Amino acid sequence: MVLLRAEGIHKAYEGQPLLTGVSLEVERGEIVSLLGPSGSGKTTLLRIIAGLESFDSGRVTLEGQDITKVPVHHRGVVLMFQEYALFPHRSVGQNVAFGLRMRRLPRGQIEARVREMLALVGLQGFGNRNVIELSGGERQRVALARSLAPEPRLLLLDEPLGSLDRTLRERLLEDLSAVLRRVNVTAIVVTHDQAEAFALADRVALLHETQVIQEGTPEDIYRYPATPWVARFLGLSNLFTADVVGEREVTAPFGSLTFDPGDFARLVPEPGTGGTLLILPWGIRFAEDHHSENMFTATVSRRIFQGRTTKLELAIGEERLGMTLSMEDRMPREGERVRVRIAPSALRWFEQDEVERVKEPVSPPDLGTASRTPS
Amino acid sequence: MVDQKGQQGLAWRRTLVFAGLLALPLLYLLVFYFYPLEAILRASLTGAGRLEPALLLERLLSPGNLRVIRFTFGQALLSTLLTLLLGLPGAYVFARYSFPGKRIIQALTTVPFVLPTVVVAAAFSAVLGPQSLLSRWLGRGFDLRYTFAAIIIAHVFYNYTVILRMVRGFWANLDPYLEQAARTLGASPWRVFFEVTLPLLMPVIATAGLLVFIFCFTSFGVVLILGGPRFATLEVEIYRQTINFANLPLAAALSVVQILFTLGLTLAYTRLQQRISHSLDLKPEWVTQRRPQTPFEIVLVAANLLLMGVLLLYPLIALILRSFRSGLSPYITLFQNPRHGIFYVPPLTAVGNSLRIALMVTGLALILGLLAAAALSRRRSGWLADALFMLPLGTSAVTLGLGYLLAMGRPPLALRGTLGLIVAAHALVALPFVVRSLLPALQSIRPSLREAAALLGAPPTRVFVEVDLPIIWRALAVAAVFAFTVSMGEFGATSMIARADLPTMPIAIYRFLSRPGAQNYGQALAMSSILMLVSVVAFTAIEWLRPPGTQTF
Repeated sequence: MVLLRAEGIHKAYEGQPLLTGVSLEVERGEIVSLLGPSGSGKTTLLRIIAGLESFDSGRVTLEGQDITKVPVHHRGVVLMFQEYALFPHRSVGQNVAFGLRMRRLPRGQIEARVREMLALVGLQGFGNRNVIELSGGERQRVALARSLAPEPRLLLLDEPLGSLDRTLRERLLEDLSAVLRRVNVTAIVVTHDQAEAFALADRVALLHETQVIQEGTPEDIYRYPATPWVARFLGLSNLFTADVVGEREVTAPFGSLTFDPGDFARLVPEPGTGGTLLILPWGIRFAEDHHSENMFTATVSRRIFQGRTTKLELAIGEERLGMTLSMEDRMPREGERVRVRIAPSALRWFEQDEVERVKEPVSPPDLGTASRTPS
Repeated sequence: MVDQKGQQGLAWRRTLVFAGLLALPLLYLLVFYFYPLEAILRASLTGAGRLEPALLLERLLSPGNLRVIRFTFGQALLSTLLTLLLGLPGAYVFARYSFPGKRIIQALTTVPFVLPTVVVAAAFSAVLGPQSLLSRWLGRGFDLRYTFAAIIIAHVFYNYTVILRMVRGFWANLDPYLEQAARTLGASPWRVFFEVTLPLLMPVIATAGLLVFIFCFTSFGVVLILGGPRFATLEVEIYRQTINFANLPLAAALSVVQILFTLGLTLAYTRLQQRISHSLDLKPEWVTQRRPQTPFEIVLVAANLLLMGVLLLYPLIALILRSFRSGLSPYITLFQNPRHGIFYVPPLTAVGNSLRIALMVTGLALILGLLAAAALSRRRSGWLADALFMLPLGTSAVTLGLGYLLAMGRPPLALRGTLGLIVAAHALVALPFVVRSLLPALQSIRPSLREAAALLGAPPTRVFVEVDLPIIWRALAVAAVFAFTVSMGEFGATSMIARADLPTMPIAIYRFLSRPGAQNYGQALAMSSILMLVSVVAFTAIEWLRPPGTQTF
């Protein structure tokens, strides 16, 4: 059952478009992530759903009811802010109790619920603490408890881990995911970090330049990016201008490749079509058998150690190809010549698109090191 | 351990430098602040040459004096409440909305606060008296001069900007997400205001309100001139007992009461003020402000701007217009001595006196203030020393004047009637402003800068010239203008100690105002207009020079 439906939302501010015809549906019990770089309009959409921001045209319905004219405090939609917006003049317990008091629940019930919520986020006994004394991670959990306490119909989270440093973020990501699933809340999570989006959400909506550019499960999006921009945004950078020359054959600047028609494109292009070819990095492996198709000899031009993985940049003639190794893989030295095979199922095709445009500096977010710019 | 010994030596050196810097300002406070206060205390307790503490109560506990104390509290409380009532909506409008001309309007609202009390009194006598615009609308019999209402209105005029500036500054930086979070948690706009906004603003509202209360409590010129003979605050009563009745023991007794109250209030203010600056993380203003959009918002903004225009701007314009009612003649006669009287001092002399005194005050206050600020900036937790130099701000000027009359009339410091004594009084009043301007600038200099300069071979005085001075020169200029303006407008202390033939501009204005006749009145208004111009120019300079993000009070 659809809980929230936003249809054709348009919004401009001082002549600058913020959202152009954005639509989004959220099922009851579903967690949807709005993923996009800063300036893509994701926070604006979140604030529109909360009722904190007006919009120029479109419709927002909650459980089938148009809520455009429903004031913020009657929507039952709670927003958890990026910097948490904890009330500094109230204790932890009073913060968590705030939404319950607004619902005029009896005191005993409020107290019980506050205890329950603090236990849920692992902050038993923090009720009388001053919020100013809390660490960043504790604040995040208080904000979560406060947001969940009144059992919102819909929970909105704006960069829930965006204000934390990296190591803390990774740990709290798992906790947050667990808590959201345990209480079975319907939620929209805004983030610029794909790892966060993928870890938290059942479904991801990717925003780019004021529009939803792709929607799907995290895996779908990662396996089948809809446009070269999406590929770049996800850190998939092996993009080449190419021509389809046969039923299963495409020519890239460094050579000819066989592709798997099932994965290649929704509609396999006619031979003779020009477009953009994406090679997914995990489809490139060192060749150990004696396949003849999709085999290339390359020189390791750079090796970048990144911790859990190592990135290799391979040179085939003038072209550069990126490949990801895990720790147990063989580590060639820089300058070493290697044989690689590109799996036919790791090739994707985008029609017409312009590699030129793609080569413009689109913020290439690395897993986990995404900048902390607020959106 | 050798190391520890070295540490101790260093700590010793620091204490020595601290004491050395503080010596001269402290000595000054001792001679020109505490010594006169001691004289007051002694006079209030002395009867027939003997010290009798019981005399103090005896002198004070007359129905007349109790009425004065009650009135002082009552009018201050009413003035404060009314100022809050009118000022808080204005603070909200300035904090949360942006609109064209806002910066200029905001600067204009501060003008009343920097005006000398005699100018304000003159302006309101022009606005509230017969022949004013108001009386033309409301009928012949209209005359609000010498009424309780006139006092309250003038106090609101004076202090509106205190509320506006202090509360606005805090409110504008208040995180709007706190209010929005409360909204999404189910609180109605009213509920948000009472549960979130108001509690967060309360410290700053209390602090600003207390400051306004202190100002109204020690109000002198406004009550003396606008209130007329029927009304007396403690200040006015001290003045009358001294000047009109020469009852110095009673004046001293009243001063003791005044000192105790203002001391308590000022201490409370310093404590409150320390608390508001640290407790919240503040947001930049572009996050918190927007254009008024709904009709309600537009009306709200417009209504507040209109109020500011009527309350703050109109009296000043009326003053200037009235001063030109009979052409330029009041301005021309300022430079003449039409009566050729021996005791008549031509107005130009008063202008000259004021300028001379103000320049000397500026020099003296800068030297003392710089030393004090340099010492205070070296200590991290020095609220007591800080409060010490704020004391003159909370001490009434008339009390100070009385103290000088009592203490400086006899050896070892027989300074009564000299220009130097006026300079000393003004410098003392200006000192808190100077310290407040310099201290933040000095504290903003990271110690590593000085250490770097020292490591590169600069001796301490050279470090000051090369590092501190270039960083604080703006603050220094602000402090200088403050000292100059304070001196130009000072009325309370001067009215007690200035010789008849040595008047300053405010004294001359007061004399012109209290004499009958259209010519005297015209001269008072003309002189007030000039003094107002000086204050406005000085204030503009302060606003222009002030390093961004620093506070006035």
